[in-house]
Amino acid sequence: MVADLDFRVFMQPAVGGGGTYLSYLLFGLGWTLLLSITSWILAFAVGSFIGVSRTLPGKVMPRLGALYVEIFRNIPLLVQLFIWYFVLPEITPFFGTWFKQSLSPELQQFVSATLCLGFFTAARVSEQVRSGIRSLGKGQYGAGLALGFNTAQVYALILLPVAYRIIIPTLTSEFLNLIKNTAVASTIGLVELAQRSKNMGEYTSRLYESFIAVTILYAIVNLVVMLISRNVEKATRLPGLIGGKK
Amino acid sequence: MYSFDWSSIPGAIPYLWEGMLRTLQITAVAVIAGMIIGTILAVCRLSKNAVLSTFAAFYVTCFRSVPLVMVLLWFYLLVPDLIKRVIGNPNLDIRLLSAFVAFSLFEASYYAEIMRAGIQSVSKGQVSAGLALGMTGGTTMRLIVLPQAFRRMTPLLLTQAIILFQDTSLVYVMGLADFFGVAYNTGNRDGTLVELILFAGAVYLAICFIASTLVRKMQKKMA
Repeated sequence: MVADLDFRVFMQPAVGGGGTYLSYLLFGLGWTLLLSITSWILAFAVGSFIGVSRTLPGKVMPRLGALYVEIFRNIPLLVQLFIWYFVLPEITPFFGTWFKQSLSPELQQFVSATLCLGFFTAARVSEQVRSGIRSLGKGQYGAGLALGFNTAQVYALILLPVAYRIIIPTLTSEFLNLIKNTAVASTIGLVELAQRSKNMGEYTSRLYESFIAVTILYAIVNLVVMLISRNVEKATRLPGLIGGKK
Repeated sequence: MYSFDWSSIPGAIPYLWEGMLRTLQITAVAVIAGMIIGTILAVCRLSKNAVLSTFAAFYVTCFRSVPLVMVLLWFYLLVPDLIKRVIGNPNLDIRLLSAFVAFSLFEASYYAEIMRAGIQSVSKGQVSAGLALGMTGGTTMRLIVLPQAFRRMTPLLLTQAIILFQDTSLVYVMGLADFFGVAYNTGNRDGTLVELILFAGAVYLAICFIASTLVRKMQKKMA
């Protein structure tokens, strides 16, 4: 069986034109990465907001934050994606009209997948942000207030800059999870990397080769992200902590 | 404004129940097989034998760097091909079997990491004590280290099971009718996709919320 492998198939022109199968797969990788990055920006913004709200004084904001996390963590990703793609455009008047009338099918898939993965990952990011802020100790918040900052300033200038640096490793693993989760977008028809490997396998009946190539591509992406994050971590390390700058 | 039509759900309850049983079946098989394989992998990874520990590390890294959807496609498309080559009967419907195998092998890599942390959390004195009693390394692992590791990691193992329960919905890519598959097909047939997807989401939310609350309570009791 191993002797049957023929990797020259990647140099053959792809069905539907536009280059070889290698470039066909690389375009899929492009979609995967683009989707990962746009969803990450959304997840980071929403996740930070929710994470902060869970550490605020009072009862209403922390509870709303906890509710958000419970909802987005306890519904399967696939079901959430179908809700964004099939359900919301039907039942929301303005978003639905805009979604159905002014977006091309490809853009519809991309927007749904971005919103879905963004809000899904935000629940996970918020847990990390919360534990990062919690790890700082209450004195920091009090000190900020004593210096005359208001709550927003304490968070923006004192708590978050330190918390983010502490949680870089866990945020990295959330980002890696996000990259893997983008493969779920293939179920609503977005032709990203996983879907293209399946298509290529069907067009060429060279399933083993295409799957091996795509598996290696995912592994490379994983490795690159880990290397980048390690460097970011090194560059932003906090002095005074174990493993920090002297 | 959209007017909801929930009328196709009551009639579909028996089918949805059947789908739920299939979902639970896949979850149960994957949890049990995944935990067994995962524990073996964790023991291999921590063993002094370089071949075993390298293999276990390679296995875990491979499965953890690939999306679950890819693994499911691998098994959905490749396992029948392999069986065709071995047995020569291409018409066998082995989608359920493929799903069992795929989820078990995939989850094993996640359980392996949990069990590794569990084994490493047992103090060295326990191993020394076992060896001092005249037990062999394997017996010490089986009777002394693993039971403690399991007990300590139970909340994490259960949380992973809840995640797995949610992930089984991805058998959609294999065309298998689990709970979500049945809900989707029913909605598609009756033109009530919106209601059926929302219903399925609510059911998952209720089950997973209750389960994760119970796990959290148990964690508090253990701490």
